[in-house]
Amino acid sequence: MNIHEFQAKQLFEKFGVATPKGFSATTAAEAREAAQRLGTNNLVVKAQIHAGGRGKGTFKSGFKGGVHLADSVEKVEELAGKMLGETLVTHQTGPAGKVVNTVLVAESVEIEKEFYFAILMDRAIASPLIIASTEGGVEIEKVAEESPHKILREPIHPTLGLQAYQARKIAKQLGFTSAQMPKAAKLFLSIYKLFIECDCSLVEVNPLVVTKSGDVQALDAKFNFDDNALFRHPDIVAFRDVSEEDPREVEASKSNLNYIGLDGNIACLVNGAGLAMATMDIIKYHGGEPANFLDVGGGATEEQVTEAFKILIADENVKAILVNIFGGIMRCDIIAQGIINAVKAVSLPVPLVVRLEGTNVDLGKKLLAESGLPIETATGLTEAATLAVAAAKKAA
Amino acid sequence: MSVLVDKNTRLLVQGITGSAGAFHARGCLEYGTNVVAGVTPGKGGMMFDDKIPVFDTAHEARHETGCNATMIFVPAPFAADAILEAADAGIELVVCITEGIPVVDMMRVKAALADKPCRLIGPNCPGIITPGQCKIGIMPGYIHKPGTVGVISRSGTLTYEAVWQLTSRGYGQSTCIGIGGDPINGTSHLDALKLFNDDPDTEAIILIGEIGGTAEEEAAAWAQANCSKPMAAFIAGATAPPGRRMGHAGAIVSGGKGTASGKIEALRNAGIAVAESPADMAETLIARMKGN
Repeated sequence: MNIHEFQAKQLFEKFGVATPKGFSATTAAEAREAAQRLGTNNLVVKAQIHAGGRGKGTFKSGFKGGVHLADSVEKVEELAGKMLGETLVTHQTGPAGKVVNTVLVAESVEIEKEFYFAILMDRAIASPLIIASTEGGVEIEKVAEESPHKILREPIHPTLGLQAYQARKIAKQLGFTSAQMPKAAKLFLSIYKLFIECDCSLVEVNPLVVTKSGDVQALDAKFNFDDNALFRHPDIVAFRDVSEEDPREVEASKSNLNYIGLDGNIACLVNGAGLAMATMDIIKYHGGEPANFLDVGGGATEEQVTEAFKILIADENVKAILVNIFGGIMRCDIIAQGIINAVKAVSLPVPLVVRLEGTNVDLGKKLLAESGLPIETATGLTEAATLAVAAAKKAA
Repeated sequence: MSVLVDKNTRLLVQGITGSAGAFHARGCLEYGTNVVAGVTPGKGGMMFDDKIPVFDTAHEARHETGCNATMIFVPAPFAADAILEAADAGIELVVCITEGIPVVDMMRVKAALADKPCRLIGPNCPGIITPGQCKIGIMPGYIHKPGTVGVISRSGTLTYEAVWQLTSRGYGQSTCIGIGGDPINGTSHLDALKLFNDDPDTEAIILIGEIGGTAEEEAAAWAQANCSKPMAAFIAGATAPPGRRMGHAGAIVSGGKGTASGKIEALRNAGIAVAESPADMAETLIARMKGN
């Protein structure tokens, strides 16, 4: 799950992470009010969308840039008016862009020096890892490629957590002065506390800055949260902005379906995540393009399968559907009946190929064949994929 | 022979009175697994299906029944605690089926188990089976057949697919280990590979991986230097978009790392046969076993 910058700022404030003051606004008038509350003329207005590259983006209205400095409350109001309700296109949004519903109005700080600082859950060492660099404000992948020696890595003990000496060590290695070091160390420790207590999988502060006045602050941050832990963070779940998500995925999540939209034209419905990925792969292997990832799980109900079909056919790109089920504990005849009822409920506009394997497979196939519905049954993965690819090509 | 579990395994089921726990405890019993005890806190003293004693704690179950393996169906918020309880009770093998355990919880569990004589399989896994002897998990038992192929996988149904391909071609399995789809798990591909390498009755190995992390690459590097048994592999997720979590918490390509192509290259460089299509997992291994 992703969150907006203004929400990240709220988390920073909650955990005592030094960050420039700022408020969110959904109207130009609110933006003006926010600027007044900040009580300074060094201001910045930032469009709030989940995609990166906002500063260099362009609004469909022609207005350039989703991040602007302002030197008066009037200017803030004017800028917010040009951003709110407009669609911002950046290199990460795709050509459709994203509608800006909220802006962040913050005090702009004068930057002396920029750093990169991130904490991530590193699966290889099964513990958190701090990655930091003196090359702030640029993409870390680029730094890693061009000057890997400038990247510092500090593994964190899984149960002890980040120790104060480690925070000081990192600060010194990054070249903070003796006067700045305690502030930097405090910042690192508070970010770590946030990382663990909010069950983050990534907190990336870029840039982390030393201001002209000598303060050390987190300027902008990207958060990733562990979905498995969201049950214990209702406050973070409340940050979810469904307008930022693929509407197909939002629908699927309502039915507890594990769906990820792709750009192809062969939809798939599979039980099990590994087999669902493998089904996408085999479609591609036989010359087709998968339209989605969909894992209906081991115990999908008829209602879920019906909902799944509805989501698949709502995608106008879809020209064929491939159902691939390995019935283990779940019997194939039960699955076949579920598919038949679901197909009757939604009246499919595209060809359907079903491949069943496992318990009671013959009975399952017989049910499908006798249903009178236009369902092609396949034996084996290869036949299923080739039939689906052929059906999609014919329809396209 | 086999690895980790056989007919002498004495199984405890933690969460035996829940719907999934009860259903799969029965499935294991039907397969012939020696299920000796269950644990559900607060339900100690009852009998499950009139024959399996239920205890309040894993310690009591261990003391009273000598169980040496456990299968965990405890809900995700409490599963880490159940794993630690089993380890503290001295149970040697912990198989955690539960999906959705927070990564931070698993990080702490892994650290706590490091100096304990306890092996964890999973979480978020189908379990482990030695065909004809012992099934611990949710896999359909009948698709398996006793034999000499070791199967290691991060996935559930994709493993069944591989097993079924083997069985229907007459190739049985020594043991199949589902190591689970989470980013932090107890037994890695490499750990499982070492077990099969040391098992005299495992003659060939299938390794099924997926995008995310570097566990397959580590196993490949080790295999190149240490494993002379025929090996085949399949990596799922070649078509997965980067940055998206593909069902399994661990199946994600991030920062350009953990791609299917990177893993396939590492496996091939280590001399392991890689199936291009998931339909060819068994055929790829069989060809390698025949020396092709």
